[in-house]
Amino acid sequence: MFFQHIKVRLAAIEYSDIFGRLTLEAFKHDAIEASVGISIIFGSIILVAVLTYYKLWTWLWTEWLTSVDHKKIGVMYLVVTVLMLFKGVVDALMMRAQQVLSVGDSFGYLTSSHYQQLFTAHGTTMIFFVAMGAVAALMNIIVPLQIGARDVAFPFLNNLSFWLFAVGASLLMVSLMIGEFSGAGWVGYPPLSGLEYNPGVGIDYWIWSLQISGIGSLLTGINFLVTIFKMRCPGMTLMKMPLFVWSVFNSVILIVFAFPILTATLAMLSLDRLLGMHFFTSDFGGSAMMYVNLIWAWGHPEVYILILPAFGVFSEVVATFSEKRLFGYVSMVWALISITILSFLVWLHHFFTMGAGPNVNTFFGFMTMIIAVPTGVKVFNWLFTMYKGKVHLTNPILWFLGFVFIFTIGGMTGVLMGVAPVDFQVHGSLFLIAHFHSMVVGGVLFGLIAGYVYWFPKIFGFKLNEKLGEYAWFCWMFGFLLTALPLYALGLMGATRRMDHYEASTGWAPLFVVAAIGAIIIFCGIGFQVLQLLVSFKERNKNRDLTGDPWNGRTLEWTTSSPPPVYNFAFIPEVKDRDAFWDQKQTGIPLHGEYKEIHMPKNTPLGFYIGVLSFTFSFGLIWYMMWLAAISFVGIVVCILLRLFDQHTDFYISAAEVKKIEEQTLKNKRFV
Amino acid sequence: MKQQFPDTHHDVSSTTIFGFWVYLMTDAVMFATFFATYVVLQGGTFGGPGIRDIVHLPFVLTETLLLLASSFTCGIAMLGVPKRETTKVIFWFFVTFVLGLIFLGMEFFEFNRLTADGHNWQTSAFLSAYFTLIGTHGLHIVAGLFFLPFFLAQLWRCGFSAAILRRLTCFRIYWQFIYLIWIFTFTIVYLIGVK
Repeated sequence: MFFQHIKVRLAAIEYSDIFGRLTLEAFKHDAIEASVGISIIFGSIILVAVLTYYKLWTWLWTEWLTSVDHKKIGVMYLVVTVLMLFKGVVDALMMRAQQVLSVGDSFGYLTSSHYQQLFTAHGTTMIFFVAMGAVAALMNIIVPLQIGARDVAFPFLNNLSFWLFAVGASLLMVSLMIGEFSGAGWVGYPPLSGLEYNPGVGIDYWIWSLQISGIGSLLTGINFLVTIFKMRCPGMTLMKMPLFVWSVFNSVILIVFAFPILTATLAMLSLDRLLGMHFFTSDFGGSAMMYVNLIWAWGHPEVYILILPAFGVFSEVVATFSEKRLFGYVSMVWALISITILSFLVWLHHFFTMGAGPNVNTFFGFMTMIIAVPTGVKVFNWLFTMYKGKVHLTNPILWFLGFVFIFTIGGMTGVLMGVAPVDFQVHGSLFLIAHFHSMVVGGVLFGLIAGYVYWFPKIFGFKLNEKLGEYAWFCWMFGFLLTALPLYALGLMGATRRMDHYEASTGWAPLFVVAAIGAIIIFCGIGFQVLQLLVSFKERNKNRDLTGDPWNGRTLEWTTSSPPPVYNFAFIPEVKDRDAFWDQKQTGIPLHGEYKEIHMPKNTPLGFYIGVLSFTFSFGLIWYMMWLAAISFVGIVVCILLRLFDQHTDFYISAAEVKKIEEQTLKNKRFV
Repeated sequence: MKQQFPDTHHDVSSTTIFGFWVYLMTDAVMFATFFATYVVLQGGTFGGPGIRDIVHLPFVLTETLLLLASSFTCGIAMLGVPKRETTKVIFWFFVTFVLGLIFLGMEFFEFNRLTADGHNWQTSAFLSAYFTLIGTHGLHIVAGLFFLPFFLAQLWRCGFSAAILRRLTCFRIYWQFIYLIWIFTFTIVYLIGVK
């Protein structure tokens, strides 16, 4: 009786009990869409062939997929992130090309519906699977090392989080081949994303892709909050934590408070679509504006979830490469905390034009402008750290300098848009697009790339090629400015976002051409980064880091070998000062007694199983294959019970084994 | 307060329980979102029934008292833990389970009555929000009731191991939390609603 109306709805569409609404139609795409799908399938076949040929399946399964080691999970995040970055960048290039070609009488090479899916997929990919993925990667690899811990608080949960993240990404990829993706923008405003105007599977793919990966992020948030609170080594009080840890700490607090809002909001949208509820519909008393409020109550903290770890990276990079203690540590910490609190008080600036009234708009406008203050504090502190420091112009510092330039432009245009009357003029225009790309590319992405280059030797044991990195940096900088600056101008001229066609009389075409050239230069930058990785790998024996401390570092992760042993530290470090390793270098490295056996968590395949099952669960709900969803759900519960009854979740590494590993490391160091 | 620095990283009980608290905090934020939505959409009845037309206060009060009682018996059960009184613990958790089950039955009865009268979640935005809020709470009860017997079975089989103590402690916190959410529901949805 409860499900009567679902049956009514299913009777109205082409539906079978076994395949739900999945028909052969779902596999038919136009040439351009199909080529993407075919290349994904082709790539997968090659991957499977290589793994089989070199007999790597067992290695992959036991060493990686089932691993609960935070460093390996971090590397897996990195792999998914890089793949998704490639997809997101191709989306961007396709959009730029369309806007160059689709002027006046020409309508470009993409259909409107494909273009809509492109910009939705681009935003979703870049925020959820590139930026979030890269943040998760760095935080996984570095945080336990920096706080002197052997792993995170909940290693199994960490593995599960990764798989939920990977499932979210694969749902997005599968939508390219089976069915379609959402065309309602990356935040999916109803009523456009409601059942009435979008009955197809696109929105459902989007919802479940976000929902599953969002739950993964939420678990990561809980995990790292507990890790940072409970797992710090002796002596490391809160005010002695490295700033990267501080930034991740604030970022995970934001995750813990913001992501449940996303979960609830997507659940309500999903209920609207699946059970015919009326939360956000235009009739039956629903309120679409409620959705807009809720999604930004999550969405604004979300951008800070991404930018704070990038700030943390810069704090580490600037101090290390200036050979100086970070300027204004305490003010840096309080700036992070103020940003964390303020980020929950600005969400309405995403829709000043909603008509909330001048008082409300003024409040949120003020809050928006106030956020620039702690951010400014941070930028100045970094610059003061460099002042009179011994600055080494390495790759990470270049990314930092690029960040200062682009992020400041983005920040100033942000404050500009915090003024509600100005926002009324540029709302929904390319000016806004240029603004937030300045923040997310110049801020988040540059920060994460700096972190990637900085910690690369720690993760993989060899340094990246500096020269190619410089070329990549130059292309990114130049290419980005070439893309963003025309978009600012176009926005002021009235060009709106998400536009797949415009009239020739507007005179916008030349600027769009410049922007497209910029995008191509950025693509070259990525090419240099791929080349950098390949060349560095080829020359890895030349650039190997045997000391574990290639940059003359300051924090604990550099005390252990590169890459670190599975247990991270043979002896749990004790900390007396900020910049603990630097302090040890001045006062003498502490001596330790006999090696002891080490307690470690065991690998488990359950995270992977739950991931696969949540994929089939979502797939079942998207296509209305209710039996599949039901079976998958039962499967997930069974997996949880299996974990509950598993009494052998950990093991000991013997003292002899530890001694062997540590002595090998010492031998390598002497060899240097 | 002494700060503990575990030198192993596997699940130490205090870490797990702290983690569970953080999880409950995220759950609280999720409920807050549903509450906010409910309050906003309360007036969106679209000509259908409002909260005043569907609520029967003595019935809801009975539900509340049942859940209060189950929360109380849950507390009594945990009192048996320090002295390792297995039967006492299992008995009082069993009472908790039964009370929770009756509460769930009443909630189901309420939903059933509403839909039988033709007021289902498709009627109006208000009813969508109502069913979702109460239903989410109900699902939490279901989850608690589902896992409790497994914990008790483990307790029966293996005695008071660290893992089981941890799980029972988490269950107890969870159960109190669910009750707390119900107090908010009772106040915001029912008491203020019929005022």
